[in-house]
Amino acid sequence: MNVGFYTETLIPALNRGLLVSLGLIVPSGLIGLLLGILVGTFRVYGHPVVRKITDGYASVFRGTPLVVQLFVLYFGLPNLGIYFDAYTAAVIGFILCSGAYHSEYIRGGLLSIKNGQFLAAQSLGFSMVKTLLWVIVPQAIRRALPGCGNELIYLIKYSSLAYMITCIELTGEGKVIASETFKYTEIFFIVGFIYLILTSVASFFLRRLENSLRLPGFDHYSL
Amino acid sequence: MIVPPPDVIRVENICKSFSGKNILTSVSLGLTQGELKVLIGPSGGGKSTLLQCINFLIPPDRGTVWLEGREIQIHHKRDIYEFRQQVGMIFQEFNLFDHLNALDNVAIALRKVKKLKKQAAIERAMAELDRVGLREHASLYPAQLSGGQKQRVSIARALAMDPKVMLLDEPTSALDPELIGEVLFVIRDLARNGMTMLLATHQVGFIQQMADEILFMEGGCIIERGKPADLLLPASRTRTRAYIDKLSELYEELK
Amino acid sequence: MMDSLSVLLQAVPYLLKGALITIEAVAGAMGLGLIVGIQMAVGQVYGNLFIRRLICLYVWFFRGVPVLVLLFLFYFGLFSLLGLNLSAFGSVILVLGMTTAAYQSQIFRGAIESLPHGQLKAARAVGMSDVQAVIHIILPQALRLSIPGWSNEYAIILKDSALAFVLGTPEIMARTHFVASRTYQHLVLYLFAGVLYFLLTWWGVKALRKLETRVRIAGYAHSGGTR
Repeated sequence: MNVGFYTETLIPALNRGLLVSLGLIVPSGLIGLLLGILVGTFRVYGHPVVRKITDGYASVFRGTPLVVQLFVLYFGLPNLGIYFDAYTAAVIGFILCSGAYHSEYIRGGLLSIKNGQFLAAQSLGFSMVKTLLWVIVPQAIRRALPGCGNELIYLIKYSSLAYMITCIELTGEGKVIASETFKYTEIFFIVGFIYLILTSVASFFLRRLENSLRLPGFDHYSL
Repeated sequence: MIVPPPDVIRVENICKSFSGKNILTSVSLGLTQGELKVLIGPSGGGKSTLLQCINFLIPPDRGTVWLEGREIQIHHKRDIYEFRQQVGMIFQEFNLFDHLNALDNVAIALRKVKKLKKQAAIERAMAELDRVGLREHASLYPAQLSGGQKQRVSIARALAMDPKVMLLDEPTSALDPELIGEVLFVIRDLARNGMTMLLATHQVGFIQQMADEILFMEGGCIIERGKPADLLLPASRTRTRAYIDKLSELYEELK
Repeated sequence: MMDSLSVLLQAVPYLLKGALITIEAVAGAMGLGLIVGIQMAVGQVYGNLFIRRLICLYVWFFRGVPVLVLLFLFYFGLFSLLGLNLSAFGSVILVLGMTTAAYQSQIFRGAIESLPHGQLKAARAVGMSDVQAVIHIILPQALRLSIPGWSNEYAIILKDSALAFVLGTPEIMARTHFVASRTYQHLVLYLFAGVLYFLLTWWGVKALRKLETRVRIAGYAHSGGTR
């Protein structure tokens, strides 16, 4: 057991990689969620043409592997003269892919709100915008939260794909050292556990959030 | 010359059809201050549609609405919103906001539509809940309330907006029998205090006691109208009487 | 423009053969996940505390670690450590299979738990053993309820199969990369790969929806079963 290997080579490299991973996950998560909320809302309330376009966007990005999307962005676009560096391509890819999934959950949340809620709000004089803001969205968010939360956890995991387009994050650092030392088992157990910790912590906070927003009787779709 | 009191609300020639079917054909009616009129008739007759046309939840194909003598002209969406603040509506399915407790259900329109300050809204909301007898239930959520309580909260919610007239669409039809009484009690109380109300209902006893006029609707038209005393004489051969008899029969069978 | 199209057209047969490999890999992984997943689900619902804890641990691990990391860990690491001489193709099926088993077990578990308690009671009341009850009463209903979730999982595994690329399996991604790196027509080739995956997803989901209609029981409500 060469402790020096771990303390001098592996840990610093993995720390470097972890920072890059976080630098991929955080912006992609936030912007992807915002995009998803926007697109999801358009998919439910937009003009029919807008709806077709946004539905199409969601279909394409949910129906194709993220790897393919990343490869198109990083290796394919240069054919058209558009060049992204690895980090930017990765973030753009994560945002577009994430956004499509989020839009699906937001859409589901919005559609699950009974029509009666609209009628009641309108009969009190709420405008459409106010109805959406104060009556519909607060309920839709609670319904969409489990799905959106899960998608954020997925993002933590598939940030590892950035390695495939030469953006060296946690997985990439591990692979580099492993290919030189062949200590695949040790290295990737450690890398695996780091991801495990990240996803577990995220899950924990997600559950806390779900519980704090819980309303009596709200979980059931009937009533 | 005695001039009849002006109508608080008046509608004329309301017409509505959905995909070729005529739901409402030239319906006209008016209510003066403090009047309570009842819409009665078989389901599908257009009562619900008429009520929702009056506050433009369903825009009528043709017809005019006057509130306190002023014709309601819709130039802007904003006109509809302002109009609706003055017309209260009670739904058969209550439609309480599921994500808010009773107090907030009543207060939210005060804060977001009438732009009251939070403290003022809460005070007014509590007062309305008190009026319908639900002060202690203020912090409960819709899922924790019985049907009768939910409907009373929805009445409080509508009253908080100080409407000039209230439209009630079968307010007790979705309630278990033992809960109907508490809601009718509140409605009776409102009527006695002078609220102008147009109500669709099957509650025969209530109609006989409280209605100033009955309007029998069938197939989208008002077929008969008159005072309860006139229409409901046991011996009279009115359609209304026949319908009431049928309702009472059914009720007797269930008893 | 003509250049890229002609390259694409020439590559299509080669890429379609890759699609075949992809389908085989996905079928193998989903099949493995189904067999293991059902057993884990039954174990989680009806098993003792030790079994439940063990399954929880398994699910936690395979749902928390990225597939790419698992592929590296198992193929380059554990399998050779344990002396297993698995091909890249076999390893992909095994790793993806273990991952999807974790997710599928939760889908099946949710379906089983959504059945009314009376079902098991009634089965016992007519004298069935617990094993018989599970096989003949619980699972037929739970599996029907699970089809939508399973269909979703299929779509996910199909997309994850693209990662088999890093192990050298000659599926769609690997072949596309091979052609692209020689012809430099990355854009059209990867877009075509995307189309292939999209079609495979679409047809698979459609087929599963047909299956759902075929095995539907008249009047069966989605949750709670018949009363």
